[in-house]
This record gives sequence, C-alpha cells and structure tokens, in this order.
Amino acid sequence: MPSQAVLTADQRPAPRYVEDVIRAAAILTMFWGIAAFLVGVVIAAQLVWPQLSFDSPYLTFGRLRPLHTSAAIFAFGGTALIGTAFHVVQRTCRARLFGGEPLAWFVLLGYQFFILAAALGYLFGITQSKEYAEPEWFVDLWLTIVWVAYLIAYVGTVIKREEPHIYVANWFYLAFIITIAMLHIVNNLALPVSITGTKSYGAWSGVQDAMIQWWYGHNAVGFFLTAAFLGMMYYYIPKAANRPVYSYRLSIIHFWSLVFLYIWAGPHHLHYTSLPDWAQTLGMTFSVMLWMPSWGGMINGLMTLSGAWDKLRTDPGLRFSVTAVGFYGMSTFEGPVMSIKAVNSLSHYTDWTIGHVHSGALGWVAFIVFGTLYYLVPKMWNRPAMWSTRLISWHYWIATVGIVLYITAMWVSGIMQGLMWRAYDELGFLQYSFVETVAAMHPFYLIRLLGGVCFLSGGLIMAYNMWRTIRTETETLVTQTRPALAA
Amino acid sequence: MFIRHETIEKNVILMLVLTLITVSIGGLVQIIPLFTVETTIERVDGVRPYTPLELMGRNIYIREGCYLCHSQQIRPFKDEVERYGHYSLAAESMYDKPFQWGSKRTGPDLARVGGRYSNDWHVAHLVSPRAVVPESVMPAYPFLANRPLDYSDIAQHLRTLRTVGTPYTDEMIANARADLEAQVDPDRDPTAMQKRYPRAPVAKFNGETTTITEMDALVAYLQMLGTLVQFGDIPPDRLKQ
Repeated sequence: MPSQAVLTADQRPAPRYVEDVIRAAAILTMFWGIAAFLVGVVIAAQLVWPQLSFDSPYLTFGRLRPLHTSAAIFAFGGTALIGTAFHVVQRTCRARLFGGEPLAWFVLLGYQFFILAAALGYLFGITQSKEYAEPEWFVDLWLTIVWVAYLIAYVGTVIKREEPHIYVANWFYLAFIITIAMLHIVNNLALPVSITGTKSYGAWSGVQDAMIQWWYGHNAVGFFLTAAFLGMMYYYIPKAANRPVYSYRLSIIHFWSLVFLYIWAGPHHLHYTSLPDWAQTLGMTFSVMLWMPSWGGMINGLMTLSGAWDKLRTDPGLRFSVTAVGFYGMSTFEGPVMSIKAVNSLSHYTDWTIGHVHSGALGWVAFIVFGTLYYLVPKMWNRPAMWSTRLISWHYWIATVGIVLYITAMWVSGIMQGLMWRAYDELGFLQYSFVETVAAMHPFYLIRLLGGVCFLSGGLIMAYNMWRTIRTETETLVTQTRPALAA
Repeated sequence: MFIRHETIEKNVILMLVLTLITVSIGGLVQIIPLFTVETTIERVDGVRPYTPLELMGRNIYIREGCYLCHSQQIRPFKDEVERYGHYSLAAESMYDKPFQWGSKRTGPDLARVGGRYSNDWHVAHLVSPRAVVPESVMPAYPFLANRPLDYSDIAQHLRTLRTVGTPYTDEMIANARADLEAQVDPDRDPTAMQKRYPRAPVAKFNGETTTITEMDALVAYLQMLGTLVQFGDIPPDRLKQ
C-alpha cells in the first residue's frame, strides 16, 4: 500500500488513541441505519396501504414518522458523527482523546440512551410536536448533559494537540457541536406541567415559536446534517483518495460563509405563512446566497480527487463518498431553488419537499457515512480491506437505484399535487377535491416504497459485509482480496 | 485581511468564540424583532386561550402527531382561500404552544376545519377514515372513542401555561375542571364557561358515553379551529403586519 502520508506525514510515534469507542460507534451506526431505513419502509408502505397501522395506537404514521426521522438523523447520523469526530480529532491532533475512555464511553452510551428514551417516547405519544425536536423536556435535559461532555472531550483534545494548526475537518465538527448546543437549548425551553410527568409547555408560542422552530429545524439540517458531515468529507475523502484537500483558501472562505449564511435560512420553511413578509424575504435571500458556499464545499471535495479519479474504478467505498458530494451539490442547488417564494408556493406542503430531504439524507448523509465506514472499518479492526469489494459495489448500485426511484417519484407526485391543488376548471371552480389529489399519489407512493426497499437492501448487504470483515481472520481476508493490498 | 486566519487556526477558544458570534447574528436579526415589533400580531378580536377541554384535545392532536400530515396554516392564495377559508393570521395561533402550522399536507389543511363537519362525522372519520372517505390514507383511531380522558391535573396544565405566558385567569384555573365537564354536558348551564371562553361549543362530541373520552376532547378541539376571529367586521388595516 502506498504511504498513508497525507495528513500525518511525520514519523513521530502515534499516541495511544481511544479506539474501542469508535469501533462500537461504527457498529451502532450500522444498526441505527438499518433501523431508520426499516421504519422508513414501514411508513412508506402505510401511505400505500393505510391498514398497516392495524388500528393500533403505537403504529400510526403520526407516531412512527418521528421514529423514522430521529432514527435517521440523530441515531444513524449522530452516532456516525460521534464516532468519526473522535477518530478525526485524535488523528488530526495527534493526541489521545481528552478524558480518555471513560468520557468517550459516557458520550457514546449517554447518546444511545438519549436515542432510546426519545424513540420509546414517540411510540407512547410523548412528544413536543416540534419537528426534529420532538423529545420532551427530560430527554432534552439529558441530551444537554451528554452534549456538554461531547464538547469537552472534543475541545480538550484540540487544546492538547501536537499539531500546530487545527485541521479543517475540526472546524466543521466544532461549529456543529457548538451551534447544535445553541439551537437545542433555545428551541426547547419549556416548563414541565409536573416534575414527575412527561408533558411540558414551551416558552414560545405562535409565530415566534414557528420562527424559532425553523431557525432550529433548518440548522439541524445546516449544522447536524451538513457542517458535521463536511467535517467527515474533509478527513475521509483525502485519506481514502490519498490526496491533499484541493484548496486550503477555499476551505476557509467556504467554512465562514457557510456558518454565517446557514443560520438565516430558516424562514424559507414559512413562506406565505403568518410570519411577517420581511422575515420571509430575508430567509429567501440568504437561502439563495447559501448556494455559493455549498458549492464551494462540493468543489473542494470533488477536486480533492484530482489525479486520483482512477481510484473510483477500484475503490467502491470512495465511490460512495464522491457520489455523496455529488448529491450534496444537487440538493444544495435544489434547496435554494425551492426557497424562492414563487417556487415554494408550489412545492411547499407537497412531496417535493420530502424528495428534496431524501436526496440530501440518502444521497449525501447516508452515502458519506457508508463511504466513511468502508474506509474506517478495515482500519479499526486491522484488516487489509473490507471482506468483499464486490458486495460494496452491489450496495452502491442498489442504493443508488433506490435513491433515484425515491426522488423522481417524489418530484412527480409533489409537483403534480401542487398543480392539482391550484387547478381551476373552465367554469372557474377548483378542479380537484383534496382527496382526488390523495388518490393520484398512490402509484408514486408505491414507487417510493420500492426505492426505500432498495436502499434498505443495500444497507443489509453492507451490514453483512461489515460483519464478515470484523469476524473473519486477517489471513483469510488477505487471500480473498487482491494480493497488492496485502503487501 | 485584518486578522490572519492562521491565528484562528491555532487557537481553539478564539475559533469557538468567533464561530458562535458568526452563527448568532442571523438568528438574532430574525427572531428578536418578532417579539418587539407590535404589528407582528394582527389587531383582531376574538382570539382567546383554549378551554380546558380544547386544550386536552389539542394535547391529543400533538400526541398523535397529526401535524405531520395536516397543516394549520392557510396561505393567501386564491385556491387555498377558496378551499379552506380566510388566510391564517398570526393572531390566531398566538396562544399555541407549540404552533401547529405543519409542513406537509398528506391530508388537507385543518386551520378552519371547525364547524365544517358534524361531531358525528368527525367521530366516524376518526374511528374509521375509509368508512367515510374511501380514498383516505389516514390511520384509524378507534381507541380514542373508548379511552377515558385523563384530566385529573387540568388546573395544573392551565397554571403551567400561565407561567409561560398564556393569560389564564385565577377564575379560569379555579374552574378548570368544572369548565371541562360543562363543555361536554348540554344539560348544564354553559353561561359561566362561555363567559370565560366565548364561542366555545357545547356538545356530547362523542355521542352518548358514560365518561368523557379522548374523542370528546379531540373533536371539541377540531370544532373550534379557525372559528374565533369574525372576519366580517375587521377593517383591512388591522390585518397589516
């Protein structure tokens, strides 16, 4: 194998890194991924066959949907971020994680406890009903404690680093941790009805609550699902491609403009609502501007492959990461388009939004996680490579087909539904009743379900490959993969 | 550049502080004026805090995640106004904790569903949506019709809401339980309750049942949605934000 020398060029002995926690996080990430995809498939099926809630209070779409979104964003995405953050910060700082094993385990397991408490709550109807901030006050408090510990572990490691500079991936992870803390606390301020009960009432109401919720909600996308995963991109793509980051200057500009602009974009979720017009216009303007730093990041990620594009043919793991950056570019173009008020008047409240979210969540977030895990798992378990490169390729294609089916179905159904709502007949009456638009969705919901099943199957293939990689002895692996890798 | 980026890159505390400042600006500019600019909430009459029964119904609406498929926010477009009624005002959700504007219409908007259908229709629809609307993809909620409503701590709910800014009076809190029961009992005199909560409908929402059910509360909530503001007598400049 060629020298691993992109980021850690010198020959000083590496410190004893905290690694058990990272291995556990990798397995948990895979587990939560499968769970999130599975619940997604179930609720997609419920929209095709609504009888699938079986008249049960625990299986309705309304209770399972937060389970799906939280499993995808917070369980799958969040666990991947904690694991990779601990990996990246130690390697790029050449320092053992601050607080060592105990603090790292507290963060990872504390976070898992948060996920379980939130998920069980949803099934029992314990929810604040704020999208992506559904957990009630006691779960929020617990997450705050875990998050502070996460910040301490991360910043502590950066402080005791041996490298003079803080590597760019860390800027993004740091911005993610601190901004999510700010958003989480402000959006979730609430007073419990009783200290022994689950129900609380929030500090904000009505239009202010709407603004604060989408300031939170959009920046859960901006900082949880974007900035943090850009941190992942800035470490793992250069490592897997064995090339330095394309432009240092671009990463500076792109970082500061991204974190500055993102926070303004929230009101585009509230176009034409009772939110005052000035706020909507500000939200739209900054959302359109956000296109530039987003593409700055995409260019920096893709151009890092300069001189190493041939690796895409032989390394399907890297193919995942690079396709992820491509999807990132696509959804960060689609987002600004949808934030334009005229477009939003058609797209809002429809499946177009759902399709947009999934091109980001499946194409960007999940793919960059897959690419990262395919790099990280052999490294962490001291294997020369994944058990099967062919299965990675299978995973890649089946998942890509799944995404394409999903987003095209949602584009068609969303735009169709938006047009049907506003259609007038020749006599000047509304042409369609609401329920006629529901019936028209049916075939597209079926296609979307098929896309979801593909994506889930890909996940299962990956889990199997990961399991074999971890369980198979190194010698067996070496004979199965290309001899060059064993050298 | 007035500051070398290298300085920031070598000092994590500086980097954190600058990041925090950078990410705070947008939120401060967009959020604070919503509390200080008086015209944010339109000057209309009629909006009142929820009755105890409506509040309990609203909590069931939240618990079941209805907002994930139903918006409560009519946009000022010709087709929406014709389909659902007058566009929504900020004033109409001023006591909503949290707001329920929603972000997706898998089902229709509910901002003005109050009074559109009979109580019996709502009960039948919630128990078995496809019995009433064959193409519907809504889950069935038959359990609501049998489950007794737990309102033992209703006064505490009102008290908590008052602490976080909803203008419930001492009188409202003292009578919370009685007002809740009065709203589902047409045989009682509703005058005192309706004086505290104008335009509150009184009915056996869930038909003849021995106890007050979750269905009663949810239907009572649905039946008041969008009914509080009388749009006929509002001068247009009152609606300017």
